[in-house]
Amino acid sequence: MSEAARVPVAELIGVTREYRMGQNLVRALDDFSFTFGRGEYWAVMGSSGSGKSTLLNVLGCVDRPTSGDYKVDGVSTARLDDDELSELRSRKLGFVFQSYNLIPQLNVLENIMVPLFYQDDPPDDGEERARKLAERVGLARRLDHRPAELSGGQQQRVAIARALVNQPALVLADEATGNLDSATALEILDLFDELHAEGRTIVLVTHELDVGERAQHVLRLKDGRIESVARGQRSAAGARA
Amino acid sequence: MKHSTLARTVKLGISSLLLHKLRSLLTTLGVLFGTSSVIAMLAIGEGASEEAQEQIRQLGSRNVILRSVKPREDFATGGGQSVRVLSYGLTEEDLGRIAETFPGVARVVPVREIYEEVRFSDRMLNPRVMATLPVYRDVTGRVVSEGRFLTDQDEVGVANVCVLSYEASRYLFPVASPIGEEIKIGADYYTVVGTTLDRVRQQSDLAGAGKSSAEVFIPLETGRKWYGNMQVKLRAGSREMEEVELHEIVVEVEDPANVEFVANACREMLKRNHKQSDYEIVVPLELLMRAEETKRIFNIVLGSIASISLLVGGIGIMNVMLATVTERTREIGIRRALGAKRHHIVSQFLVECVVLSVGGGLLGVALGLATPLVVEHYAEMRTIITPTAPILAFLISSGVGVLFGIYPAWRAATMDPVEALRHE
Repeated sequence: MSEAARVPVAELIGVTREYRMGQNLVRALDDFSFTFGRGEYWAVMGSSGSGKSTLLNVLGCVDRPTSGDYKVDGVSTARLDDDELSELRSRKLGFVFQSYNLIPQLNVLENIMVPLFYQDDPPDDGEERARKLAERVGLARRLDHRPAELSGGQQQRVAIARALVNQPALVLADEATGNLDSATALEILDLFDELHAEGRTIVLVTHELDVGERAQHVLRLKDGRIESVARGQRSAAGARA
Repeated sequence: MKHSTLARTVKLGISSLLLHKLRSLLTTLGVLFGTSSVIAMLAIGEGASEEAQEQIRQLGSRNVILRSVKPREDFATGGGQSVRVLSYGLTEEDLGRIAETFPGVARVVPVREIYEEVRFSDRMLNPRVMATLPVYRDVTGRVVSEGRFLTDQDEVGVANVCVLSYEASRYLFPVASPIGEEIKIGADYYTVVGTTLDRVRQQSDLAGAGKSSAEVFIPLETGRKWYGNMQVKLRAGSREMEEVELHEIVVEVEDPANVEFVANACREMLKRNHKQSDYEIVVPLELLMRAEETKRIFNIVLGSIASISLLVGGIGIMNVMLATVTERTREIGIRRALGAKRHHIVSQFLVECVVLSVGGGLLGVALGLATPLVVEHYAEMRTIITPTAPILAFLISSGVGVLFGIYPAWRAATMDPVEALRHE
């Protein structure tokens, strides 16, 4: 693969994340090192408490490692302050949540544009981008609808459009199909496949096997460590311990 | 760019508030009533004190007014049916002493009151009939509206002429001009030679025959000649003889700075020469200063009430905003995850607080400006809205929004995004 020459999208180097839960110290990620390559589509799986949510939060720069370093698109996050991390989120990362998490008082177009509001130097073509993305996810006719007027599947499409509006290096999805019926879930997964085909880097956290199997690669976690790495059919099957 | 960001934040704030219309409205009420009551109270207070000061000013701020007062009857009244003669009050001697020996006195004007009814055809009035000198007009600042005031010729010639105040002329001559007409004071006829404007434009227009400011002026000499010092006063069925030389002495001081000194000199002099306290001294300047002091205290009290009510309004806003922040924890988490910096969250909530308090402030200003109009119309009180009052009230109410918004906004901004996202 020619990716080796390029900077990886997300690189975790010896990341440990500890929480204090009452009296106990919980180690959600334990000396975790991994690299997500550009254009790859990963499913992160594991039972609850395996650390997959923590991994996603660290990847999304909403949580900081207790120790170790995390590089997004080659930028080390260890020394960034809160504002710089926020700016990084608004420029390099796209989030898709299980419960869509649209902002109720904004319409579809505005919801898609939210990440751009928070950039220090927002692009001038933000609205045009948002319209194109709305069209891309099939909601061009509902731009002035409020989230409450949309179905779950439609809301998730808005959320995906929102995750793409800042042209992120990495799209993170947390149980993105968890609240949807199976038919709608398939539509959303198809959309992820399309995005992958377009060259997006996607990390999808799920505990559903059939969802995980749709991804290019599967990363299994257990107790904050890597349990297994399964390369998808298109790349050579094998494990990276 | 910066401008559109603010516009968007304000728009977002308003749409968030409109999501809970009733709650937002109720939240603004505290500030609304705080602001409006401040403006209304200030307008009413200002009007009342202005009216009081106007009245005092019309007494003449350079004047010291000495008045005869019937002494308290500390002797036993035997029988009751016998005719008593009460002798008291200021004397010609007092007048002479002040005029001749007091330094810094410009003019001294004596006034005698005549207890007689005034009639014209079938109309009868009980005004204050005052026998005085022509300078009375100057010293007390009376304004002639028609004809002329008393003159030295009237005085020398002991003429039977009179001048009516507006109130008196309006009652006796509701339609025609009184000039040249003959009116009857007691048993004698007097020719009306002029009318004066009323001193204080009060709400006494209501009462037709009110004694309030109905005044009739006649020459001092004429009064002395025809009525003497001894006068009969009819009172609740019994007759009372009074012997009063002068009812009032108006002392005009040359320099306003000396008013207090002259007033004290008068006080000393009267104390020495009068066995009983049958006089009073009115110093308009002192009254004016006292009125100003009262106004200052009133303003302090008002300021305290205003600050308390705005404080309460502010606490109301803070309370609701804290609840809102908790309620919208998830939204805060989402926004943070999507790249919102802390200052974005702070400004979002701060803007909502300011919109609430400014909205309340604006409505309060409107209500506060309307209230004095209503009061003026129904209570017939004078009100004055100074331009600073609504501006100040508005600025303070906006400031309250910022002040009480800081804490909730800070709480929102310092939330852990991970925790906030997990919040249901």
